[in-house]
Amino acid sequence: MDKIPILRMGRFLLVTIQVDLYDRLALNLESDLVQMVSKTGANGVLIDISALSIVDSFMGRILGNIGSMSKILDAETVVVGMQPAVAITLIELGLELKGVHTALNVEKGMELLQTKMGLIQENEEGTGDSRVE
Amino acid sequence: MKYDASKILQRKKKSILEEWMKNQLADETLREDLMSNEDLREQSNELLDSLLKTINENNINNGDSADFENVTEILSGISISRARQGFTPKETGLYVLSLKDALLQTLQSEIKDNPEALYHSSMKLNKLIDNFSVTTFETFIKGREEVILRQTDEITEISTPVIRVWDGILALPIIGTLDSARTQVVMENLLQEIVTSGSGIAILDISGVPAVDSLVAQHLIKTVSATRLMGAECIISGIRPEIAQTVVHLGIDLSNIITKASLASALRYAFTLLHLEVRKVGSKDKTSI
Repeated sequence: MDKIPILRMGRFLLVTIQVDLYDRLALNLESDLVQMVSKTGANGVLIDISALSIVDSFMGRILGNIGSMSKILDAETVVVGMQPAVAITLIELGLELKGVHTALNVEKGMELLQTKMGLIQENEEGTGDSRVE
Repeated sequence: MKYDASKILQRKKKSILEEWMKNQLADETLREDLMSNEDLREQSNELLDSLLKTINENNINNGDSADFENVTEILSGISISRARQGFTPKETGLYVLSLKDALLQTLQSEIKDNPEALYHSSMKLNKLIDNFSVTTFETFIKGREEVILRQTDEITEISTPVIRVWDGILALPIIGTLDSARTQVVMENLLQEIVTSGSGIAILDISGVPAVDSLVAQHLIKTVSATRLMGAECIISGIRPEIAQTVVHLGIDLSNIITKASLASALRYAFTLLHLEVRKVGSKDKTSI
């Protein structure tokens, strides 16, 4: 049975979906992830779906579910790297993934999670700050 | 003595052509700027030739007869090419009707002594040519419609540019009405550009959209939601007062969408989101963003 690896990165969990999700796999991922969040006490979950090219209403719901479940367990969920076609499909299906944050790529997703956790100290902000003259 | 109109016409072909050409050249709607007289003559000759070849006592009554397929084809060709060249419908119509004049004149001079036969032949011929002019009109309009369709396609293609206004900020000015097909193109272009440029903010400028109804608003909301799913922020700008009025009157909820009055204020807001600051060089006091 295939299993999608859940990696731990500090206070966050990182999931990269590299294969096409079928229903069973998605359900397993959902339960594994919730278990993992509760076990590690993670504050954030980052799901990378950049390799996912096909999505249906079930997948959309699973993603939404993961977001809501993590929220109850006090962890923010960020979905990153969504393909344009996938985004259009989800919108046409009427799934707006409320309660899930989104970011363009893993890097930006991490940044977002860290901001949410308040890990960025005020004096360190200079790195992300640029000026236009 | 029995008269066979088709035989007479066939015999008199040359003089009919001359008559017809004379009619056309005398007509003040003649468009020498669009078509030279030689071309016109050649075209007329071809049409008349094919008409007189097919015409006989039996089919002169019936313009829909399969015998006239060839004639109709030539007529359609002429009509479509005239539509493309920019002839007016009137000019195209008169072209066929002037043929009728020429044919009737010939009949008249040939069947002088028998008014009854002249009347019958004229009626038949009248009907036939009228039938042809209806066909001409139909194909003329078809030709025009093709032109319109092609132009519509072209407009759709050129009117959805995604502009990179700043590092990380995209702008998409929408000009013209937003329908479902167009929204699809706009959305796909925008999302694709977001992926390739890695931009975090997209500004949708709708100052060129003439009217916003509930369907257009629905399309806009869809585009914004899709952009959000991708992980980018979408700002709608260029909302004119009339559009704001319609949106509120229609009861459309745009409260969870960031809207700005002008592209400038949307850009300013985008700068704030990116922690950017625009200020005059050399001036001590900072211009507030």
